[in-house]
Amino acid sequence: MAMFIRQEDCISCYACEGECPTKAINHDEEGRFKIDPRLCVECEGFYEEPQCVAICPIDGCIVRLEGIDYGCVE
Amino acid sequence: MGGCNAKRCGVGIDELSHLPDHIKEKVYNHPCYSQEAHHFYARMHVAVAPACNIQCNYCNRKYDCANESRPGVVSELLTPEEAVKKVLAVAMEIPQMTVVGIAGPGDPLANPERTFRTFELIKEKAPDIKLCLSTNGLKLTEYIGKIKELGVDHVTITINAVSPEVASRIYSWIFFNHRRYRGLEAAKILLEKQYEGLKACVENGILVKVNTVFIPEINGEEIEELSKKVRKMGAFLHNIMPYVESDGTVYQRMGIKPPTPSQLKEIQEKCESHMSLMRHCRQCRADAVGLLGEDRGQEFTKDKIAKLEINYNPEFRKSIHEEIEKEREKLRKARELLSIPLQEDKGISVLVAVASKGNMLVNEHFGTAHEFLIYEVSSKGCKFIHHRKVTPYCHGSISCLEGGEVLEDTISKLSDCKAILAAKIGFEPRDVLEQRGIQCVDEFACLPIEEALVKYYEKYVLKKKAVEV
Repeated sequence: MAMFIRQEDCISCYACEGECPTKAINHDEEGRFKIDPRLCVECEGFYEEPQCVAICPIDGCIVRLEGIDYGCVE
Repeated sequence: MGGCNAKRCGVGIDELSHLPDHIKEKVYNHPCYSQEAHHFYARMHVAVAPACNIQCNYCNRKYDCANESRPGVVSELLTPEEAVKKVLAVAMEIPQMTVVGIAGPGDPLANPERTFRTFELIKEKAPDIKLCLSTNGLKLTEYIGKIKELGVDHVTITINAVSPEVASRIYSWIFFNHRRYRGLEAAKILLEKQYEGLKACVENGILVKVNTVFIPEINGEEIEELSKKVRKMGAFLHNIMPYVESDGTVYQRMGIKPPTPSQLKEIQEKCESHMSLMRHCRQCRADAVGLLGEDRGQEFTKDKIAKLEINYNPEFRKSIHEEIEKEREKLRKARELLSIPLQEDKGISVLVAVASKGNMLVNEHFGTAHEFLIYEVSSKGCKFIHHRKVTPYCHGSISCLEGGEVLEDTISKLSDCKAILAAKIGFEPRDVLEQRGIQCVDEFACLPIEEALVKYYEKYVLKKKAVEV
């Protein structure tokens, strides 16, 4: 289980990064934000809903990543 | 200033004249708070705060355009270190800049580390610069201690409603206590936090201005009550701003219309009896630089600043400010001598559009003006009403082929004005404007605005011979 940021929708507003309880979100120098699926727990055990989705200003920008073998993701 | 005797009536009307001295002193050089100061002093916003914790129905966070001027929009995000470098560069390049604000593009308090680090650095490197903050208020009470500690003595809170019912039609959601709230629940929390934040600022001696976005069909009925309420709670200034339509927003999809200039004027007049109103707000971008009417942000991009060697010199700045004060003092003395003859029938009241590029003078050409300052002139004096943005008639294309269209647009925006006062008005637009009933007056070029208005009023409205200088 993990959340995923759709690059084409992200406006690089930094809002999600600070809210993540497992520090799974980071960004590069170009302001491209990514969620590390190995760290993301969809906020289970922390909050009622994924914090990144709750604060993201763009509807549908952060979605649930499904059907991926996390072992293969860098 | 101002005041009447039996035959003539003083001209200058200062919207802050009723304030206690300690507040007057704080806002004296602040272009956003003092209508007079905004003719002389500049401000800048540093765009260090990208995140937001609420969604307003009039805001689209996706939209960014260098030519767009409205809050929430920014071209280039800065780190606190980049921001302070920009502040120092602007402070030397535009020494009349006295105020640095953080207003977004999101909400400053949804980015507390970046916001407070920026303030800390500015305070350390340029302690003569005033700091201010513009917030939606959701996190204001939480950070009030930090705001006070950093010496941020001006806070603006945007409050758009009194009742949760109205607020629920303005905000889609808020992010609070690790949850997204919607509807009435969100509206209740936000309003509670906004009014609580206002109270906390007042209790801590921080000056509060309240901004309200005026959306006639949504919150039009509540604005007057809101104005009364925030004054009672201790806000020193209320800024009623017209809702600006922009692409991709909920309100645009709903077809919500911005107020007309006359609707805005009407609501401002209604509220003016309750408290001081700010009429000169330009609703600037979260990275605006310069005098309120202008934006020189493009001169201070990251690339350009990176190459600059900056030697911050507060003494130099001080000397410039002293010059400005001498000029202000001179104008003030001149204004005290100005007066308009009282008339038996209380006098005719006219609206006049003035082209100015600063220093409170009629010093801008009609063709290059990006905005006009609208004044109401009557036997009671000259009163600044608001500004109106226009496309400059000479807008930089090789020929003025589209000039006719641009002129029509300007005429439609100034149709309720009796005259235009400018430093110069060319023959072509002059003929059209005169035909359409707008007098073109450039004989008062480079005079102080109020003096020019009085002279115009006496000569053209009262049909008197021009008073000898």
